[in-house]
Amino acid sequence: MSTLQVHVEGIGLWAPTLGDFAALKAQLRGETVDAPPTRPAAIVLPANERRRAPESVLLALEVADQAVAMSGRAASDLPCVFSSAYGDQSISDYMCATLANVPTELSPTKFHNSVHNAPAGYWTIATGCHAASSAITAGHASLGAGLLEAAALCMTEQVPVLLVCSDIAGHGPLGDMSGTRTAFGIALVLAPAITSRTLAHLDLALLPHAGHALHPSPSTGAWYEGNPVAASAWPLVQNLATGQGECTLAAAETLAMSVVLETAA
Amino acid sequence: MSVPIHPLAVSAFTVTSALGQGLESHLAALSTGRGGLRENDFSSAPLACWIGRVDGVEDAPLPAAHAMWECRNNRLAWLGLRQDQFLDCALDARQRYGAARVALVLGTSTASIGATEEGYRHLDEHGQMPPELRRPPIHAPHSLAGFVAEALGLEGPCLTVSTACSSSAKVFASAERLIRLGLADAAVVGGVDTLCDSVLFGFNALELVSPEPCQPFDQARHGISIGEAAGFALLERIAAAPEALRLLGYGESSDAHHMSTPHPEGLGAELALRDALARAGLRADQVDYINLHGTASLKNDEVEAALVARVFPASTRASSTKGFTGHTLGAAGILESAFALLAIRHGLVPGNLGCTHPDQACGPQLALVSEPREVNVALSNSFGFGGNNACLAFGRAPA
Repeated sequence: MSTLQVHVEGIGLWAPTLGDFAALKAQLRGETVDAPPTRPAAIVLPANERRRAPESVLLALEVADQAVAMSGRAASDLPCVFSSAYGDQSISDYMCATLANVPTELSPTKFHNSVHNAPAGYWTIATGCHAASSAITAGHASLGAGLLEAAALCMTEQVPVLLVCSDIAGHGPLGDMSGTRTAFGIALVLAPAITSRTLAHLDLALLPHAGHALHPSPSTGAWYEGNPVAASAWPLVQNLATGQGECTLAAAETLAMSVVLETAA
Repeated sequence: MSVPIHPLAVSAFTVTSALGQGLESHLAALSTGRGGLRENDFSSAPLACWIGRVDGVEDAPLPAAHAMWECRNNRLAWLGLRQDQFLDCALDARQRYGAARVALVLGTSTASIGATEEGYRHLDEHGQMPPELRRPPIHAPHSLAGFVAEALGLEGPCLTVSTACSSSAKVFASAERLIRLGLADAAVVGGVDTLCDSVLFGFNALELVSPEPCQPFDQARHGISIGEAAGFALLERIAAAPEALRLLGYGESSDAHHMSTPHPEGLGAELALRDALARAGLRADQVDYINLHGTASLKNDEVEAALVARVFPASTRASSTKGFTGHTLGAAGILESAFALLAIRHGLVPGNLGCTHPDQACGPQLALVSEPREVNVALSNSFGFGGNNACLAFGRAPA
């Protein structure tokens, strides 16, 4: 069985109740944490673009910027993989509603922001990044598949890679289909070798034919269950905060990926 | 700097587009200059433009076992999978390597959003998705790969790449990495995009749609014609198919310039091109044919024409085939990879249908009409919204 080892150098996190990774660690220590502003700040965007940018872009760029800042790397050098189960559901809802009623009045701006790679586009433009950028999706396995794609890029190219996985809340009839009721984003800067920046090591191993192990657990009402990406990310997020642990992510419909996390010595 | 990769065998490939179902109809159309564009008869409201529509999709429902995935995009995927014995080749790979050792990496721009649009036109009395379309997996961008994984019974890494018009070119790069790392022994790659109101009215709103059949690189070009296509390829290590055509290299880059217009000097496009040549271990003068992105939009063609004119010698031939098929968006990468592979296999440089008076930025490389010519190395360019670029290099097995 092939395994990949990558090294985490930066972590970004955003949920309606958690503004960053430090807030999560504080919350897990039992401290009271203030909720972040309703809209992710995404200060990496120029102010005029930040005002106009769709929520999906703000969320992805906020966590991306947090992770890159923590890593101390230059964003312009990092190939990046943006993963999202549903892309911008708010724009998709607007587009489908408009097309059903007055198709010739579709907003050109909404259309060009509707592409799945809009966050990757805004990010590479804002950071002057000419490296490869990708936008991927794998449904409820979007985090595991994104981690596999980013780790594969990191190992084959032997360069640090930015992974961003995010989904905003759903809207309208489409939101009913996605079952995504809250926003969540996570970002990691992964490196192929240990450096002074290394925060943790991840050992990744594929576990095929694991459909039975990937069925969702009974719901408990926790906030992260309102977002499929957050629900799948939650065990990994806890391990990142505590600095150790093993968890299983879905990488595809029946393909599990074991993720063993150890803190850098 | 990118280092050369070990080439992979393209042991099977197929395409379905407005030119027909399977490779034979495509080769015949490219050889004779028969285009596939027609006046728009697709959108739910009138829109005066030309489209590249696949005939017969409406009459090709999915098998009952896959009814959960029923929608026009997955129908086109299923229609495409059954051409050129591709389905048998993919199932044979599954048999040889095991279901978990065959990766599936597909590109799409719109997936099955057409089904979501349809749902919104027929919402129930509570304003919700009508019962017949209340199937969550088809209202997600992973719908295509989810369906194909089920249809082929694959259980390896499964990914949808959705980087607009470079989507199904980048799948070759993702697949090569998975195979190189030993995470898979083979990969089914490809892409499908179908016509839908989102793209027809969306590109129309951006004023990028031509009222006439598109004319890539012509001085009189007025924008794009949108098409639809399905295409697939099977990638394996060379030892498994030593005589097969090969993926020699790929390049990926970002313009970092603008969401919907290319870098004025073609910076990102050139980075992707140089990256592909470096990985393939090739010089520009070894390239016999380039299938250009060539959408027929004013700025994109000008930038790409200038890039080809300054990088390649006059002996390299180049053309856009979008005058034949329309711009098939997320499926353009695989469709035009198939054209590059056909060019090598059959010694045919496809003509640049629709162009009679080339833009002054064009160099001597532009092939206006189809030419018989030995092609040993062919490139395929794909550039997408958000400044996302990919370039693929294909070649034949050494004699």
